[in-house]
Amino acid sequence: MVNLLWLFLMLSGVIIAMIKGRAEAVTAAVLEGAKTAVDTSFGLIAIIAFWLGVMRVAEAAGLVEFLSRLVRPLVRLLFPGLPPNHPAVGAIILTLAANILGLGNAATPAGLAAMREMQKLNPHPEEATPAMCTFLALNTACLTLVPTTVIGIRALYGSREPAAIIGTTILATACGMTVAVLADAVLRRFYPKSK
Amino acid sequence: MIGFVSVAAEWVIPGLLLLVLVAAFCRRVPVYEAFVSGAQEGFAIAVKTIPYLVAMLVAISVFRASGAMAGMAHLLAPVLTPLGIPPEVLPHAIMRPLSGGAALGIATDIIRTHGPDSFLGRLVSTMQGSSDTTFYVLSLYFGAVGVKKYRYAPVTGLLADFTTFLASVLFVRLFFR
Repeated sequence: MVNLLWLFLMLSGVIIAMIKGRAEAVTAAVLEGAKTAVDTSFGLIAIIAFWLGVMRVAEAAGLVEFLSRLVRPLVRLLFPGLPPNHPAVGAIILTLAANILGLGNAATPAGLAAMREMQKLNPHPEEATPAMCTFLALNTACLTLVPTTVIGIRALYGSREPAAIIGTTILATACGMTVAVLADAVLRRFYPKSK
Repeated sequence: MIGFVSVAAEWVIPGLLLLVLVAAFCRRVPVYEAFVSGAQEGFAIAVKTIPYLVAMLVAISVFRASGAMAGMAHLLAPVLTPLGIPPEVLPHAIMRPLSGGAALGIATDIIRTHGPDSFLGRLVSTMQGSSDTTFYVLSLYFGAVGVKKYRYAPVTGLLADFTTFLASVLFVRLFFR
């Protein structure tokens, strides 16, 4: 899919430029686009490094565990299929807490551990269980407290209030998460498992 | 309500910093050392985004310079305008679930071209911050344990992405008038 979309952007751009006689504009656009990309990435180093530092402190201070304790009752409710004291539950909570804090590096290993634990309870190892589907729904729609990268880009391009989008971001994610949870609960009934 | 949320947004970052540092101090975490060891990874992560941004920003840049972008916006405007959706953000909405790096490239282009504090800049920032790369997450997690039948998981993910997109348009309109 990404391949096709990228090809479409490049090819339609070049072909339309040829038709319209804008060959020079394309040559300039290639150089300009590439230069912007490198400038942006280097400009991001500052803010990414800063937040990774803060998040490492947060992790060491036990804030991930604190968040985990907060969301535990909710996780029990969302994953009725898992035994309450199964290691999968702990790993799921850890993943979600790390996601909320924007700790991508910590969230991925915890998420993989959660999947391994859920796979142990799976009677059909090639097929996703309802718990796995719920877990992924929460993961793809999960709230991040500080969207570091996009705040960095806003600051880089001279925003007066780079963090102003946090409010709208949290509200939009909340809607997405609500729909994810509801859709998960409804769709579960319509996709039968194999016998 | 709207005033409250924008004030809250202003204080999220200073508040979070205070909370983290006070909590760390109380737990006797060596804060300076922990900070430095985390920050060390920043360079590698930023550099890793370069190839994605180059690919996408060049493609978008060519697409726009050729006049294809304006043509697409012109074609789609009658469908999207009544819904309050600016056609410029459509490439981002399509790319977001497929590739995080590519979507970031499109967001960067819009923020740079229209300004971060414009309606489009705020909208695409919200869209970028509020959703994740659904297909990457699915293939990573299912792939890691060998699950081949995803069942309804992709449908749920895309429904959530679509809702987040519409909600972004709605809330950015509501808050930044």
